[in-house]
Amino acid sequence: MNLSTYETVKNTDANVWFEIAKESDFPKNGGVCIKYKDKQIAVYNFTRKGTWYACQNLCPHKLEMVLSRGMIGDEGGIPKVACPMHKKTFSLESGENLNGDLEAIAVYPVKIEKGIVYVGFSE
Amino acid sequence: MKNVLVVGNGMVGYKFCEKFRASQKDGDYKLIVFGEEPRPAYDRVHLSEYFENQDAQKLELAPREWYRENNIELITSERITSINSKQKEIETSSKKTYPYDYLVLATGSSPFVPPIDGVDKQGVFVYRTIEDLEDMLTYAAKLKKEKPNSKATVLGGGLLGLEAAKAVMDMGLEPHVVEFADKLMPRQLDNSGSNILKQKLESLGINIHLSKATSKILGNGKIEGMQFKGADRLDTDMLVISAGIRPRDELAKTCDLEAGPRGGIVVNNKMQTSDPSIYAIGEVALYNQMIYGLVAPGYEMADIAVEQILGSSEKFMSEHIDMSTKLKLIGVDVASFGNPFVPAEEGHSILFENKINHVYKRINISTDGKKLLGGILIGDAEDYNMLHQIYLNGMALPENIEDLVLGARSEGDDSFGSAMALPDSAQICSCENVSKKDICGSLLEGEATNFKEVVCQTKATSGCGGCKPMVTELVNETLKSLGQEVKETICEHFEYTRQELYDIIKVKKIRTFDEALDACGIGHGCETCKPLIASILASLYNDTANKEDVIQDSNDKFLANIQRNGTYSVVPRIPGGEITPEKLITIGEVGKKYNLYTKITGGQRIDLFGAQLHELPGIWKTLIDAGFESGHAYGKSLRTVKSCVGSTWCRYGMDESVSFAIELEDRYKGLRSPHKIKGGVSGCIRECAEARGKDFGVIAVEGGWNLYVCGNGGATPKHAQLLAEQIDNETCIKYLDRFLMYYIQTAAPLMRTAAWLDKLEGGIEQLKKVVVEDSLSIAAELEEEMQQLVDAYECEWRQIVENEELQGRFKHYLNSDETDDNLVFVPMRDQKMPKAW
Repeated sequence: MNLSTYETVKNTDANVWFEIAKESDFPKNGGVCIKYKDKQIAVYNFTRKGTWYACQNLCPHKLEMVLSRGMIGDEGGIPKVACPMHKKTFSLESGENLNGDLEAIAVYPVKIEKGIVYVGFSE
Repeated sequence: MKNVLVVGNGMVGYKFCEKFRASQKDGDYKLIVFGEEPRPAYDRVHLSEYFENQDAQKLELAPREWYRENNIELITSERITSINSKQKEIETSSKKTYPYDYLVLATGSSPFVPPIDGVDKQGVFVYRTIEDLEDMLTYAAKLKKEKPNSKATVLGGGLLGLEAAKAVMDMGLEPHVVEFADKLMPRQLDNSGSNILKQKLESLGINIHLSKATSKILGNGKIEGMQFKGADRLDTDMLVISAGIRPRDELAKTCDLEAGPRGGIVVNNKMQTSDPSIYAIGEVALYNQMIYGLVAPGYEMADIAVEQILGSSEKFMSEHIDMSTKLKLIGVDVASFGNPFVPAEEGHSILFENKINHVYKRINISTDGKKLLGGILIGDAEDYNMLHQIYLNGMALPENIEDLVLGARSEGDDSFGSAMALPDSAQICSCENVSKKDICGSLLEGEATNFKEVVCQTKATSGCGGCKPMVTELVNETLKSLGQEVKETICEHFEYTRQELYDIIKVKKIRTFDEALDACGIGHGCETCKPLIASILASLYNDTANKEDVIQDSNDKFLANIQRNGTYSVVPRIPGGEITPEKLITIGEVGKKYNLYTKITGGQRIDLFGAQLHELPGIWKTLIDAGFESGHAYGKSLRTVKSCVGSTWCRYGMDESVSFAIELEDRYKGLRSPHKIKGGVSGCIRECAEARGKDFGVIAVEGGWNLYVCGNGGATPKHAQLLAEQIDNETCIKYLDRFLMYYIQTAAPLMRTAAWLDKLEGGIEQLKKVVVEDSLSIAAELEEEMQQLVDAYECEWRQIVENEELQGRFKHYLNSDETDDNLVFVPMRDQKMPKAW
């Protein structure tokens, strides 16, 4: 496993919309981990804001597959996730590390169609 | 457009760039900085931290992007070989030339390697760059494989040498320090100070050899030992040389800049060399015939050079340079300020020495008794900041001068006064040269409104961080003087203290996080306020963590302790440490079935490590079927009540400590609190349960139990203090109910009982009044609230085992039944452990 497996995909660059599960299968205001090919992706249902986010499950700090188990929230209006290991926080919009100098995590677009949740990938 | 070239991308070269761009955004000047090392400037002061994490990026002063964003060209792995001062250009090792209008030499220094016979042998290192450290690490790893008890020696007992000794000790080698002088840190310490430091370091396992002149490095190809003058020798497998520094002034010779007889490029008080377009700063600059090997004077030089080049100021380098230092050396405080060795005709010294605790203090006072001239502090440097300020500002001394060493000895006195008493010009942060006026002014003029903003504005505390307590005090006092309440609010979402929020949630009968946010918060919450509110809701209603798992902290979310590789550990409750053979067998069988690493904890129970998320419900099904309950080892809640075996078996026992421990653990199990709570019950004053090291401790004495509260082990150990004497079981429980509930309602987040008692006005006497005498008339209410919590207790693991829906979150993937293939375990002593980070 290495960090280069994960690269941010912009909404406009998504070629594959991978079907995950029904909206109701996701916890409210929480995250889950999903598998796409050899990737582990964290998907968050930010019910309070009515938005969805996805990012790599791998925390770049100690390279553990744990970000989906972190708490979500916001900081100065930016939606974020806090890694459950050492509370490193990352913007769910840009992937940027908000409380340190770690490299940014990759983020992915999410769309909901007819109650089904999809995550977008470039390949 | 003018060209400014900086040769050297160390700490001082970096500081020059930072200050230059802060004054001159872009436009008229092109700024290029050359570094000979492969990476951008890093924090050499904290170099030894590299051994802890081996993360070079953590030491970086700024990432490469910073240089780009600030319009600075950074060229690394490129050495400058010559200066042509007539053509005003420099040449690099790859034969490229660059023209300059101003040239700044910040080449620093290199380690001085004494010309000892055999110094070129394999296994001899210097301690300066990350590459040096990496080479040492590789060599040490090889040594340890070949010979487990390898020795490493550091040549030089100065500041840096002792740091290096710590480094080799951390590598697992037997550390030795060899010093030529008859004392450690000869430039900073006197003989008594050196003796105390030597004793302390020896007690930590570092061998110190003083007054040793090394004549030869022994060994065939690689180092095997050192020969000293006289007959003796020292066997060693590795040597780190830390015998001082030599300025990197070789460029001066290529263009005839004036240099000192023992090295260094001569500069005036504008930091100009003998060629007015060439400046020198940091450890290469010879100013007042001295080389300054500290970062603070280097930063001041960078500042002066920037001002001079931009022509915007008549600022000059200080005439007198303060060489005071304070540091933590291998966990020992060492500080030296002003003149540490004033001779008898110039002043008097007041000395304090405590060989038991390895503390030494010396202050030097002028002969008229009016001025502090300098001093040395070892083992306890808490008063360094104030003493340093008194020295720097020539402040008046207290009536009893010895108070400066011993502290004020009558109650209510303060030998130092507050930081607010300092003159405006007092330099608070010496790394960034920030005065008291800068700090207070940023608040008074409205440029900053809190500590964080003050740091952004002034950069105070961003260097070594030693001035943080003083800056915090100045910020808080200034805010108070502005009529602002300094409140420790929870986070940006809740402008309340924990106690206020507790009361709001209780009065408004709030039951969920979203309700709390809607009622009294803003935004969408964060990792600070979510677990805090979860804890308050649990303390009020005893809701288990299953009710709203997304607001629970990492461990509570999955009711297990997350470990290094993202697996979990499982701790079933074993009240009082009493367990039947049948239950022990169940734990053993679970450990075997799931291949878990098993260890006895400090709280008299058993921890099973390495369980994957999806295995947790199955593990707990077996445990619960055998009669176990959750041990709440993951929660900020009651952990264990430790016990000794007591009068049932022990021939000294005064009472049944195990029975009482079980009763107490069963009563308070599942109780959520601001921090973890531990208890202990001992059957006699021999105190085998170590009850006084717990948040509450009960000890059997003639005529009942003595109840102690607010102790803890951990980072700042505290003995619990006596709350009530010779009480019976019932009274003990009554007082405990009141005490715990009062703590839960009034403590700050993540504050243990000892810290809470420290903050409680009136201390233990006040606590006695509230708990024993019921001076606030809240005892009945506290008892009732505790009883409600006790009655509402449910085992949260039983809830999960009995409810399939709740098991949904214990799965690695939502869309697949596969498990995490990222986990790697390695064997260790017949069990397993996670592969290292």
